[in-house]
Amino acid sequence: MPGKNVLTILGRLLGALTVVFALAGTAFAQQPPLRIGFGMSLTGPLAGNGKAALIAMEIWKDDVNAKGGILGRKVEFVSYDDQTNPATVPGLYTKLLDVDKVDLVVSGYGTAVIAPAMPLMMQRNLMFMTLFGLNVNSKFNYDRYFQIMPAGPEPAVGWTRGFFDAAMTMNPKPKTIALVGADAEYPHLALEGARVHVKRLGLKVVYDKSYPPNTTDYSPIVRAIQATNPDLVYLASYPPDSAGMVRAVNEVGLKTRMFGGGMVGPQFAALKTALGPLLNGVVNYELYAPELGGKFPFLDDFLKKYQVRAAKEGVDPLGYYLPPYAYAMMQVLDQAITATKGLDSAKLSEYMHAHTFDTFVGKVGFAKNGEWAEPRVMMVQFGGIKGNGVEQWKQPGVLTVLEPGPYKTGSVRAPFQDSKN
Amino acid sequence: MEVSAALVVNAIIAGLLLGGFYAAVSVGISISFGMLDVVNIAHPAFIILGSYVAYIVNDRFGFDPIVVSLVLSPLFFALGMALYRIYYLCFEKRGQESLRGLAFFFGILFITEVTLVLVFGVDYRTVSTAYGGVTWRAGDIDFPMRLVVPFLVSVTMVVGVQLFLTHTFFGRAVLAVAQDQLALRLMGVNPVRVKELAFALSIATAGVAGSFLIVIQPVQPAIGREYIGLVFAVCVLGGMGSIWGTLIGALVLGIAESFTSTFFGPSWAPAVSFGLLLATLAFRPSGLFGR
Repeated sequence: MPGKNVLTILGRLLGALTVVFALAGTAFAQQPPLRIGFGMSLTGPLAGNGKAALIAMEIWKDDVNAKGGILGRKVEFVSYDDQTNPATVPGLYTKLLDVDKVDLVVSGYGTAVIAPAMPLMMQRNLMFMTLFGLNVNSKFNYDRYFQIMPAGPEPAVGWTRGFFDAAMTMNPKPKTIALVGADAEYPHLALEGARVHVKRLGLKVVYDKSYPPNTTDYSPIVRAIQATNPDLVYLASYPPDSAGMVRAVNEVGLKTRMFGGGMVGPQFAALKTALGPLLNGVVNYELYAPELGGKFPFLDDFLKKYQVRAAKEGVDPLGYYLPPYAYAMMQVLDQAITATKGLDSAKLSEYMHAHTFDTFVGKVGFAKNGEWAEPRVMMVQFGGIKGNGVEQWKQPGVLTVLEPGPYKTGSVRAPFQDSKN
Repeated sequence: MEVSAALVVNAIIAGLLLGGFYAAVSVGISISFGMLDVVNIAHPAFIILGSYVAYIVNDRFGFDPIVVSLVLSPLFFALGMALYRIYYLCFEKRGQESLRGLAFFFGILFITEVTLVLVFGVDYRTVSTAYGGVTWRAGDIDFPMRLVVPFLVSVTMVVGVQLFLTHTFFGRAVLAVAQDQLALRLMGVNPVRVKELAFALSIATAGVAGSFLIVIQPVQPAIGREYIGLVFAVCVLGGMGSIWGTLIGALVLGIAESFTSTFFGPSWAPAVSFGLLLATLAFRPSGLFGR
């Protein structure tokens, strides 16, 4: 009887599945979990990014465990909130290594929390995979340091190159520049990179100052810059000051030819939607543009998973900036551990220096100093933004990719005030 | 740098506008710390709470955040009453207000912050207003409405608080509490009740100041910590318990910050502001308008 056959097949299938799951469970049970420890900014000024990165890493963990883990070991995370406070980092990583006895550590998000962990990693000779620290290893020269951020082997220089290359395409060429940034680790390093380009291109610096990160009103700074009448204004800032500066620039009506460069913040939906049309004309770095969707097809699946979880957690609903790189960081780690069949820091480092890795953000290879071998920071100009809706950011139309060449979709519109229309 | 008259005037105006906002965030501390001797270190947490309340209503219904904060200020008043009652029963009544009371308010600060993180997440929140992107210009002089509107409401609120304290029976009772609680008790007035209502008033002003903050800049749960130093500095500079002093002190700090940012570099602004505070205290230990 057909009905009986179906029942028999279903019964056998169920039995087989039970055995498979039991065996898989036994395999996981026999092997201790592979515990990866890290601090992450879940509160404090950079918590928005930290939480987004954590979501991406958790998606990776779920994906990898669904495939049987790494070396047959289920992956577990041990993570703590570093409060975006560098002072908490050394103690937190000491606890991860000595008390929690994790198998591996990776960094949290950003320069400010990576740098304080470096002395400990060097003391213990540990391979240290890091996420979005700008030029951290220039001070340490540690051969087991690896970095996920597409700034290239000279990070500060690579990070800022696009702004200057785009500026020099203008006719006539700019001659003067104002450099301004927050008193914090990342802006200092970005401005160091900008100064290298200023020297290379023979630009005259007419304003070079920093401001406290907790400044409330930025209009006096913008007016002081305006009084020096610069052709270019390069700004390196974190999200709250990026918003403050963009607002002040619009309120004061800053007259310059090109403004922006190194602002952290306009990459995320929160500031994109908050600032809306105020961003028109601004030139800034991005790591993804919907205009280039065809060049990043591998991101689609990840972004679908991320956006569902991000909506629940109340963090960046777009996820174009940091999350794919956080996932890619774990993919590199996964591939290196699998290839070396172990967790030995020396072997992992040797392997990572010698090979390239297939990740969601493309092929990743590391230079001698642990930075990306090839830079790939995009410099874009905002334009045609209408209102504060989030949907316009999900499709092509509001970003013009100025640099680098292979991704270019248009040229700089200048001067700044005219490019706003 | 070309120093023009317009640059100087703009620096003064920017300083005044900023000072107006500083007065709003500090006036509550002048009442609680300056008059009631309650070291409410959690004051900035209520400012952020005010920001989030304004954000929710603005986001859901589109109402102006400042109007929302004024309409909902009785809720903050009630919250302040409840908080003072707990503080009084647990600490002040037992004479343990100095250290344990301070720890209590630290706890309130962190609990508020963590609750906001859990409920709203850690992303920056902003509001949309009709005047947010508008700048009124008179020649080369700019008046960004994002700062002008909070300034006007803030000055009105501070002047209103001053008039209330000096022209009503309750207000005079608050001033009396600051001077001599025993004398007040002998006159048949319950100082605890007076302090409760005055503390509630301070929390209500924090709620309104929160709406100014979110109009001026994006807000996330931990941003309040940045204002702890500022609110106490304004209170001490103006003179403990003096509302006029708070207003003048805030305007002085605002102008000092704006001038320093414009002409000497913004990274010097905090040093100049706090240097000004130290210099004032050296020559006038009770502050500009302190008794």
